[in-house]
Amino acid sequence: MTSAPGIWAITRRSLVKDLRLEWRSKDAINSMLFFALLVVVIFSFGFDPTAEESRKIAGGLLWVAILFATVVALNQTWTRELRNQVLDAYRLSPAPPQALFISKTVGNFIFVSVLEVLMVPLFVVFYNLRSVGPLWQLLAVALLSTWALVVNGTFFAALSIRTRSREIMLPLILFPISIPALLAMVDATTSILTGDNSPIFWIRLLAVYDLVFTTVCLLLFEPVLNAE
Amino acid sequence: MTDTIPQQPAVSVRDVVRHFGRFAALRGITADFAPGKLYVLLGENGAGKSTLLRVVAGLLAPSRGAVRVLGSDDIRAVATRFGYMGHAPLLYDEMSAIENLKYFSALYGINDRTRCEDAIRTVGLDPALERRVGQYSQGMRQRISLARAIVHGPELLFLDEPFSNVDVRSAKQMTSLLAKMRDAGTTIFVVTHQAALMEPVADECVVLDAGRLVAREPGIPSRLLTPYLAEERAALRGKVFHGSMEAEP
Repeated sequence: MTSAPGIWAITRRSLVKDLRLEWRSKDAINSMLFFALLVVVIFSFGFDPTAEESRKIAGGLLWVAILFATVVALNQTWTRELRNQVLDAYRLSPAPPQALFISKTVGNFIFVSVLEVLMVPLFVVFYNLRSVGPLWQLLAVALLSTWALVVNGTFFAALSIRTRSREIMLPLILFPISIPALLAMVDATTSILTGDNSPIFWIRLLAVYDLVFTTVCLLLFEPVLNAE
Repeated sequence: MTDTIPQQPAVSVRDVVRHFGRFAALRGITADFAPGKLYVLLGENGAGKSTLLRVVAGLLAPSRGAVRVLGSDDIRAVATRFGYMGHAPLLYDEMSAIENLKYFSALYGINDRTRCEDAIRTVGLDPALERRVGQYSQGMRQRISLARAIVHGPELLFLDEPFSNVDVRSAKQMTSLLAKMRDAGTTIFVVTHQAALMEPVADECVVLDAGRLVAREPGIPSRLLTPYLAEERAALRGKVFHGSMEAEP
C-alpha cells in the first residue's frame, strides 16, 4: 500500500513533466511567439510614433500582445491533459488537486516569461523605447502582471476545458475578470516608461489582485477539476 | 465453535442511478462484491458497464444512490488502494513508458524506478524502450496502461476493455497476470466484450442490460461466451425462413 504524496513533491513532478512535454512538442511556446510577433510587427507598421508617443502607447501594446498570446498558451496547457484522458489518471490518484493547479500556473508563468524576454527587445527596437523610470520597477510590474494573467488564465482554462468551444469561452470569461489587472499593468508600465507618475499605486494593486485571485483559484480548483 | 466475522464487500453499490441528460445509463443498480475475486462485466454496447466502473472509481458521481469502496464512502480516502484502466490509455504520448510510469507512480508517493521497470516487465514489455508512447502500437499502449494501473500495488483493480487491440498471445499473458493478482488477494473488475479470454479465470460474471444488472453467475456460462454469434445465427435463420416464405408462390 502507498501513502498520499506531499503537495510540493507533486507540484515539482508535474511542473517538470509539463516543461518536458513543452520542450518536446513546443505547442505553446511556438504559437505564443508567432502570435505576439505578428501583433508587434503589424502595430509597428500601423503606427509611426515618435519616441515620446511610443513610451505612452508601448505599455498598452505590449500587454495586449502578451494577453492574447497567453490565451493561446493557456488553451494548450489543458488540451494536452485531455488527450488520452490523462486528466482522469490524476483525478483518480491521491495527489492533491492544488498541486496540479500550482504546477500548471508556474509552468505557464515560465512560458509567458520566456515570451516576454524574447518580445521586450523587439518592442524596444520597433518602437525606439527608452525607459525614463527605474528598470527594477518594470521588472516588478512584469512579474506581478504575468502572474495575474496566468493564475486566472490557468483557472479559467481548466473551467472551460470541457466546453465545446473552449477557445472562445476562455477569453470570454478571462478578459472581463482581468480588466483591473490589465488596467494596472498598462498604467504601471506607462508610468515607468514616461516617468510622468508614480507606478507604486498600480504595483500595489497588482500585488493585491495576485494575492486575492491566487487564494480564490486555489480554493475553488478542486471542484473545477472534478466537474463532469 | 468459532465466530466468523462477515467479510466486508470490496465494492458495494446501492440503488445507483446515473443520468446523462435525459438518458439513464444506470437504472438502480444494487450489488455487493466480495474481495479477492475476479468479476467480469458483460453486456452489449450501452448496457452501462463502463459507466458503472467510472461511477465506482469516482470518475462520475451517481445521480442517485450510494457507492462504498473498500469500506469507505469517500473514494479519495481509498485512492491509494485501487487502480483504474480506462478506454483511453491515460498516458502522455510525448513521454516514454518509463517516464509515464515514474510520473504516475509519483502521484501515489512512489519514487522508485525499479518498481516502475518491474511493472513494465510484468505486462511483457521492455522498460528500456525509449520510444515515446505515441509511437507505440495500440496493443502496447494498452499494456503500458495496465502497468500504470498496477504500479502502486492496488488491492482493487478496475479494467475497462483491457484487451481491445491486444494480440491473442499478449491478451493471454494479461489474463494470467490478472489471475495471479486475484490469487494474491486483489479484487478485479473487468469490462470486456471478449468473454472467452476471461472464461478460464473469471470467478463471477455480472451481466448488465440497458442500465440494469440482470444476472450474476459463477464463472462465465458458455451461452454468454459467444452471444453475438448466437444472435447472428438466430437472425440468419429468421431471414432464411422469411425468404423462403416469400419465394414460395
